[in-house]
Amino acid sequence: MANTVQQSEELFTADGTPLQVSLARVHRRQKLRALLLVAPLFIFIFITFVLPIGDMLFRSVENAIVANILPRSTKLLANWDPSFGELPSEKVFAALLKDLKESHKNRTITRVGQRLNYESPGMSSLFRSSGRKVKRIKEPPYTEALIKANKGWGQIETWMLIKHFSPAYTDGYFFAAVDAKRLVSGEIIRVEENQRIYLALFVRTLRLSFIITVTTLLLGFPIAYLMAILPTKISNLLLIFVLLPFWTSLLVRTTAWIVLLQQQGVINEFLIMVGMVNTENRPEMIHNEFGTIVAMTHILLPFMVLPLFSVMKTIPKSYVRAAVSLGAHPWLAFWKIYFPNTVPGIGAGAILVFIIAIGYYITPELVGGTTGTFISNRIAYHISSSLNWGLGAALGVILLGVVTVLYLLYDKIVGIDNMKLS
Amino acid sequence: MASLPPYLSASERVWHYVFRIICGLTFFFLIFPLVVVVPLSFNAVPFFTFTKEMLAFDPAGYSLKWYEDFFTNLNWQGAVRNSFIIGFFATLLSTTLGTLAALGLSRPNLPAKTLLMSILISPMIVPLIISAAGMFFFYSRIGLQGTHIGVILAHAALGTPFVVITVTATLVGFDNNLIRAAASLGASPTTTFFKVIMPLILPGVISGALFAFITSFDEVVVVLFVGSFKQRTIPWQMFSGIREHISPTILAVATILVLFSIALLFSVELLRRRSERLRGIQQT
Amino acid sequence: MKFNQSTFATVFVSTLLAFSGPAMAKTDLVVVSWGGAYTASQQNAYHEPYMKMNPDIKIINDDSAPQAVAKLRAMNEVKNVTWDLVDAVASDAMRLCEEGLALPINADKDLAPAPDGTPASKDFGDLIVSECFIPQIVYSTTFGYRTDKVKVKPTSVCDVFDLKKIPGKRSLEKKPINNFEWALLCDGVAPNKIYDVLGAKGGVERALKKLGTIKSSVIWWTKGAQTPQLLADGEVVIGSTYNGRLFSLIEEEKQPVAMLWDWQVFDLDGWIIPKGTKNLKAVKKFVRFATDTKRLADQAKFISYGPARKSSAPLVSKHAKLGIDMKPHMPTDPNNAKTTLLFNYTFWADHQDDFTGRFEAWLAK
Repeated sequence: MANTVQQSEELFTADGTPLQVSLARVHRRQKLRALLLVAPLFIFIFITFVLPIGDMLFRSVENAIVANILPRSTKLLANWDPSFGELPSEKVFAALLKDLKESHKNRTITRVGQRLNYESPGMSSLFRSSGRKVKRIKEPPYTEALIKANKGWGQIETWMLIKHFSPAYTDGYFFAAVDAKRLVSGEIIRVEENQRIYLALFVRTLRLSFIITVTTLLLGFPIAYLMAILPTKISNLLLIFVLLPFWTSLLVRTTAWIVLLQQQGVINEFLIMVGMVNTENRPEMIHNEFGTIVAMTHILLPFMVLPLFSVMKTIPKSYVRAAVSLGAHPWLAFWKIYFPNTVPGIGAGAILVFIIAIGYYITPELVGGTTGTFISNRIAYHISSSLNWGLGAALGVILLGVVTVLYLLYDKIVGIDNMKLS
Repeated sequence: MASLPPYLSASERVWHYVFRIICGLTFFFLIFPLVVVVPLSFNAVPFFTFTKEMLAFDPAGYSLKWYEDFFTNLNWQGAVRNSFIIGFFATLLSTTLGTLAALGLSRPNLPAKTLLMSILISPMIVPLIISAAGMFFFYSRIGLQGTHIGVILAHAALGTPFVVITVTATLVGFDNNLIRAAASLGASPTTTFFKVIMPLILPGVISGALFAFITSFDEVVVVLFVGSFKQRTIPWQMFSGIREHISPTILAVATILVLFSIALLFSVELLRRRSERLRGIQQT
Repeated sequence: MKFNQSTFATVFVSTLLAFSGPAMAKTDLVVVSWGGAYTASQQNAYHEPYMKMNPDIKIINDDSAPQAVAKLRAMNEVKNVTWDLVDAVASDAMRLCEEGLALPINADKDLAPAPDGTPASKDFGDLIVSECFIPQIVYSTTFGYRTDKVKVKPTSVCDVFDLKKIPGKRSLEKKPINNFEWALLCDGVAPNKIYDVLGAKGGVERALKKLGTIKSSVIWWTKGAQTPQLLADGEVVIGSTYNGRLFSLIEEEKQPVAMLWDWQVFDLDGWIIPKGTKNLKAVKKFVRFATDTKRLADQAKFISYGPARKSSAPLVSKHAKLGIDMKPHMPTDPNNAKTTLLFNYTFWADHQDDFTGRFEAWLAK
């Protein structure tokens, strides 16, 4: 509480401290209180989520496997210079032999072969067959013996590959995630045409997620508005309609859409019955992009409606009435007065729908055919089937990065905290 | 329905009805698949097909065997129990923590707000399969893999972003003068919270809690990795055996849940109306 | 560092149990398999009889087999293996064995001999494709077609590539495995040269070109459940899937579908014992029982997959519920096995990652 000031320039509070100091103290306390409110969740998320995910994403650059399984060879290879065009020395071959024997015994040889196979197909069979054959090699000269066991050891590219991937950290996974490759010579090239998948998939995922966000907005806004202006007892009943699909699990909803949209499905049969469509030209509404868009719009619609509804409910109806009473056309009143107040709800809903859509893969896998699948499907494949966790993690990091960038952009443009009137 | 205000023009009247038709179509779109699921749950053959017998309303085409399977199968019973237990506790945890955080985030003088917000909603942004794999490793290390607590914590983490987003959105329009007014009348911060803030943000909290519950209830990837057979939930059970067949029992389960939720929501609504009537509150 | 919660709970519960009367010290064996009808057949043929004979053993079914390889690798990283027996297809078993995640088995010592005394290694023969793998069944990926929707009966797998003879949609697995082999076969490559051509330059392109001739008419499946559903609906007129699913479709659900066994591709499904299992002795005892001659023949009473033992084949009898003779429905039956391919494990172990990438890129165009 400030004293009224007479002539002096400095203000004091009732207990004699300067106003600035007192204000600063209060602000600090408020900041602390705000932080304290956020702290419990922050600590919780940090332990149960950030740490685990950080660990996983770290695998996108982690590459200790090669140096761990081939310790002697990688150490010696550090001193080898491939630019002379010659194979490494006999000492290196001897070291490799020891490494191969040991890793074959420890059953780690296929892991390193597999890891290198991601960069150059053929490595896994090289390591696997060498593992079996090196038992018989006992005497020098090891160079000839190893090359005889498998021609691959006589090719300088093999050694360049191992040397290139010896360091503990690698950028190989990230390059693969954008359909590129860093050759052992150091050059970065795009992978051949017939092997490019990821960039196109990223683009498709973003594009379809965007379309789905727009469709959920177009469908969701009217019904959220209707529920907000109707009396509570009716709107709560309508809310039941919105929440009902949630109770049917994802798999059920997806298979229901298959039943509805497939060529012999309910909708096509209906269209034929009313004569709109010829039985020869049934529209293909599933196993393509259309199927993905419809199924996912349906699944994500409640995520758009509920935030919109909860925001719209807090907008006093008197605003619009006041505008109309001042002479505005109802449409103008809606666009100038009501709509801007709903923007936080639109923002929340859009962000929810878009982000969830991007990470989905079960539904697109079942109804998307080949043109409607998302990038997360590839991530799941790498984590569960091909076990190329590095690539899966790299794809995940890129996806996460894209979404974070979009989120920050959205924050800049729309802002989650500054949509007051005027 | 009350008659339209007399001052509306003709085009406004037309729009009034057209608008309601559009909304009606959208609601139909929302429940359309349920219209398909319910009859198919009585299918006599284990396929998602409207067989000729079904369309001809031949009783031979209908059967209760999927419902029988659901009620007699111990796996399903365990799954239902787990789904509700895990969902309830995960929602409780995420709603409490999320609401608190949202209150903090909407305070004007919070430092590093964007950074904090990004970290707090990160569970929603990271692709689910990566979260599942990451959590699997980490929880295994600390002995939480294959435990109910582990799955509850994982689901709570996944649910909090929803609560944070919806509650912060509701708080945007919140008039801070109300807090100051309450303080000036002598209310402590806790009283202010429960009597002034909470009732006003309740729609946001409830919708956030709902999302959190549904996220846990419908979640399959994380529970497959972080949980073991003892924590099998309804989605786990639905995806089980999918290498061989998709059992129509999932349709029976869905129908039962839908009926259950309709009953639940209806009774909640009836209770609400009754309490309002008793308190003499007028309908707005 | 173990989280105390679970130890507390275990102590609490076991104290309760100790006070609840003369309880038997039960050993829980966690058996991981695929769920659905497959697990049900194992439950009926192996688990139930064994538990009856050994009341101190409780077998728990965990249907996490689809995530088994990833989970086993992770379990080993954190040194906490909670499974005792895992059902895996041969290629996964080989991979797990090579990485040291599965325990090697001595067939003659650990598995039961045939009733006539033949040692297990001879009874299983070549099907023991890896030293950790205990074969259980032979299944095949093959085609089924709608008898009422095709004008001409398909007799060869190349009819799948013939849009004129068999118009309409087909369903194929969304994997290069099997599809590439069939494509090359129908492009004129001799059966014994398929893998040479495929592994050489231009092989993949040739297979993709052949597949390209039907690409727009294909629905690609990822789960075994899909093709039977598609056939039942009439969405496809011919589609590939596991032979057991087709048996269900035709014999149990009486759908108008017939089998096309031409160039079926055999694969093996069996057990591996994960390294680090806490009940090694008990699980080995169980495996000896569950893979003996009679038990493997018994499984065929519930599902139409062929037992992996030679001595079990003559014991294959009638379906437990339908009462029909199962022998003609086995993929190994001579009438069905006139032309077959065996999954080439080494080839695909080396090329799977690379070819899958190219296949996916081709699909996405």
